[in-house]
Parts: sequence; structure tokens; C-alpha cells
Amino acid sequence: MENKDYLNQLNDIQHLMNRSTRFLSLSGLSGILAGLYATIGSFIIYWNRNTFELPLKVFSPSFNFILSIAISILVLSLITGIVLSKQKAKKTGEKIWNPIAKQFLINFSIPLLTGGALAIIMIERSYFDLVSPITLLFYGLALINASRYTLETLRSLGILFLILGLLNAMYPGYGLYFWTLGFGFAHIGYGSYMYFKYDRK
Amino acid sequence: MSSIIAHINKAFDHRVRLGIMSILMVNEQMDFNRLKELLDVTDGNLASHMKALESVEYITVTKQFIGKKPNTSYHASELGRQAFQQHLAALEQLIKKIN
Repeated sequence: MENKDYLNQLNDIQHLMNRSTRFLSLSGLSGILAGLYATIGSFIIYWNRNTFELPLKVFSPSFNFILSIAISILVLSLITGIVLSKQKAKKTGEKIWNPIAKQFLINFSIPLLTGGALAIIMIERSYFDLVSPITLLFYGLALINASRYTLETLRSLGILFLILGLLNAMYPGYGLYFWTLGFGFAHIGYGSYMYFKYDRK
Repeated sequence: MSSIIAHINKAFDHRVRLGIMSILMVNEQMDFNRLKELLDVTDGNLASHMKALESVEYITVTKQFIGKKPNTSYHASELGRQAFQQHLAALEQLIKKIN
């Protein structure tokens, strides 16, 4: 056997170990787009900030306006993520729905849904200051928890969200800025990094 | 040199068998269909390589029913793990030597 064959064997081993334990179809481009949606949404809220009746009350017109933008961002991001990841999976000949994808999703959802529920409870009790830090913190924990099942770099993005969430908890009035930094800019940055490193091959 | 080659394991001589062991080293267990999907091989091909690894006791087979469907899952035995690790170490040493 040639040296090249030994090297090929090692490459095969590494490739299969990765592919059987990690969900690798996550699309970098969808991260960029999700970041763009979030940035656009933040700017819309920012431009309309003078029209809001403060302090914010649950289900007041201002509240509904902000909530509907947040939900639109979430839904658009989810759809983009699923569609683009499906495409990426097709390109690499992998099925998007496999046991690892399931593990990835479950482990991502546990902190995320907990944080979402906690945020809703906070909104109901009118603790608006805590809503933004809670979403940032629990999203960060969700990323860290799910990073075991995909590329390890997702962990760094999670840690960044934790830092932003804690800073936001210290400066509660600036939720929109921290939100834009995290869900907007950090997503665009991370998505671009992933896109150029892995997807454009 | 000859002592290193002695550690190159004949059981892992084939791409599919090497693949099966690689997957089972990092997954507690794996069922037949998922293995087939990951290795991109036919039923018969995979089954024959599985038999080969089973006969040298590198993998163990668990058959059970999930609902009414039979489900066969495989995992690497302690012997298989050791053999694979030796094979890996030998591969790495060979590459180092030649370079």
C-alpha cells in the first residue's frame, strides 16, 4: 500500500466520524440572512420609537407592533434556515432529517423554549427590562448546548450571546442595541465566516 | 518497519469495514439503515462486511423489536476498539516514517 492510501484511510476515518456525530448541513448563508432580518426589524422599531406609548403595556398597539416584528423575524429566519439547510444537505448528498439532526434540534430547543417561556412570563408581569437579556442569554445557552452536535465554532457564538445578555442585564434600557448587536450583527458575522469557510466549495 | 506493518489490521483492509468501525468508535450504537446511509453501500454489501467484523468479534449485534418492527443495532466491542486504535496508531506511524 502507498503512503497516499494510508492518508486516504485516515481522511476517510475522520470524515465518517464527523459525519456520523455532527449535523453539518447548517447553512452559513441562512445565518447571514437571519442577521439581516433582525437588523432590519431593529431599525424599523428604532425609527418608530417616538410613537411608542411608554411605559409599554401588554397588548397595547405599541406592544403589538414590536411583538409582530419579532415574530416575523423569527418565522422568516426559521423558514430561511430550513430551506437553505435542505439545499446544502442535498448538495452534500446527506439527508437533512437524520438522528443527529434530531439530537441537534432537541438540544437546541430545550434552553430556547425555557427562555421563551420565561420571557413571556416576564412580559406578563411587565418586567420588560429583563426580556431582552433573557432572550439573549437563553439563545446563547441553546447554541452552546447544540454545538456538540454540529461544528464546534457554534459554541463561540453562544458565548458571545452570553456576554451580550449579561451586559444587557447591567444596562437594561438598551435592549434594542444589544439585540441588534447579537441577533443582527453577530449572526451576520458568524454566518459569513461559516459561508466562506465551509459552504463556498 | 516490519513491526509497524504487523499492526496494520487485515480486518480493516476494506473501505467499508474501516468505515463501519470508524462510525462505531464514536457512536454508542447504530442501526443497519443509518450505517447503510452513511457508507452509501447496498444491503448485501454491508451485511457481508458486518458478518466479517462479527466473526472476529470486533462488533456485537443487538436484535430487538421497536413496536412491531425488528431493529438491529450494532456496537463496537472492547476487542474491536483496541484493534481499531492499534490500527490507527500504526497508520499514523507509517505516514510519519515515510514523510
